[in-house]
Amino acid sequence: MLELQHVSFHVHDDAGHVEILKDVSFKVPERCFVVITGPNGGGKSTIAKIISGVQKPTDGRILFNGQDITDMSITERAKLGISYALQQPVRFKGIEVIDLLRIAAGKPLSVSASCDYLSRVGLCARDYIYREVNSSLSGGELKRIEIATVLARGSQLSVFDEPEAGIDLWSFQNLIRVFESMRESIQDSSILVISHQERILEIADEIIVVADGQISQAGPREDILPGLIGTSSALGSCDMLERN
Amino acid sequence: MAQIDTIQQRMLMEVADLHEIPEGAFNIRANGVSTARRSTAHIEITSKPEGAGIDVRIAPGTKNESVHIPVVLSMSGLQETVYNDFFIGEDSDVLIVAGCGIHNSGAEDSEHDGIHRFYVGKNARVRYVEKHYGEGDGTGKRILNPGTEVYMEEGSWAEMEMVQIRGVDSTERMTKAVLAEGAHLVIKERLMTHGEQHAVSTIRAELNGKDSSADIVSRSVARDRSFQKFDACITGNAPCHGHTECDSIIMDEGRILAVPQLEANDLNAELIHEAAIGKIAGDQLIKLMTLGLTESEAEEQIISGFLK
Repeated sequence: MLELQHVSFHVHDDAGHVEILKDVSFKVPERCFVVITGPNGGGKSTIAKIISGVQKPTDGRILFNGQDITDMSITERAKLGISYALQQPVRFKGIEVIDLLRIAAGKPLSVSASCDYLSRVGLCARDYIYREVNSSLSGGELKRIEIATVLARGSQLSVFDEPEAGIDLWSFQNLIRVFESMRESIQDSSILVISHQERILEIADEIIVVADGQISQAGPREDILPGLIGTSSALGSCDMLERN
Repeated sequence: MAQIDTIQQRMLMEVADLHEIPEGAFNIRANGVSTARRSTAHIEITSKPEGAGIDVRIAPGTKNESVHIPVVLSMSGLQETVYNDFFIGEDSDVLIVAGCGIHNSGAEDSEHDGIHRFYVGKNARVRYVEKHYGEGDGTGKRILNPGTEVYMEEGSWAEMEMVQIRGVDSTERMTKAVLAEGAHLVIKERLMTHGEQHAVSTIRAELNGKDSSADIVSRSVARDRSFQKFDACITGNAPCHGHTECDSIIMDEGRILAVPQLEANDLNAELIHEAAIGKIAGDQLIKLMTLGLTESEAEEQIISGFLK
């Protein structure tokens, strides 16, 4: 479904020439739940941005269902079937939750259909549907709304960048259930999650470890996960409590 | 009764959502004269001498009634100043919808300066909605200078919603409110300017009575090379609560000057001001584009939500 071929990404800043990604190649097969993990600052979020079109790679190609999408805009990729949940959800003054879900669905969406998406991410729909997506919402609420917009798009490929970032432990337990049910109901679609949470890695079919801008390991969960337990690539819930 | 032409009809739709003759009391002013009017059992509309405006008298205790007083100008070069006074009786609860549309397809400036004075009686509630709209491809300017004065008696409540979204070249708006004990005022201003437009909004609220409160919120968007000035001052002369917020988006080469002022003359006056000006955030555009909108569709969504 998705293939990155020899993708590199460089930037120039005060420190000079910085290589964020170096020759990254991998595939996300159909009906597959892939988790990218690895230490902070290793380039994981940049991979999500490169897939969604927010960043353009310095070198390499990106193929989606065999089509080269490297030079396509964010909008074109979204229309082809790639959706992207940002690590830091965005706030909008005046735009209500239902507006965002309708934009995501790309069609008129009934109130009850919108409520279904919110219920799936564990929000009591009636309390949220007409709320503005502004600073009155907590980080955890915004994160769940962000995920609901991705569900509403019903894309072939959904990319989630650290869905657990900025949410409390209680919300995190619910979030795991959301991803478990997405894994169970996966049909002709695929899911790519960037996370270092052990609980999310446990749902994965395939795990890719990215460190220092390169893939250090990749393969089925059974092969990769045991070696990650106890490292910063697979944090348990207690580690999360400490981090928060 | 004079006829209303199709241009005037369209503008009535824009400024007052009027598709046909409204229910309740109304007065329609087109090109300087009243073309249609209806008073009701509780709401009396009378002309001031020499056509300089109208008096609207709402009887005490009138509930759930409305008054529509739209104005349309479709003749180039027409300049008028109109004084409309509203006497809102004690314990009443009414909706007043005003609005002015200018269609100028000529070379001369068209100008409507509407001065609205509200005398809100004890414990009365009034919601006032005012929309401004301009159109026409003439070189003459479309100018609107509204003045609004609100005198609020004890325990009264007023919500003023003032919207100007497009087509008006020049606006100088002056809003003044004086509040007695327990009175509560809400002002919601929505403004979008484009082209070379120039808009100034000045608001002065005097909180003179104990436990009076005012909440003034302005949201605006300045596009192209337009200029806006927002100048709001809340004066607390008694134990009171005042909040003013000015939130603006600038685009292109738009310019905005926000002048927040608070004046506390009583130890127990609690006054707050918030102001923010900035361009549309890049991550907002990115988020909407990941949902399939183009960059310009995303901009429109953000602005229409912001000005809602």
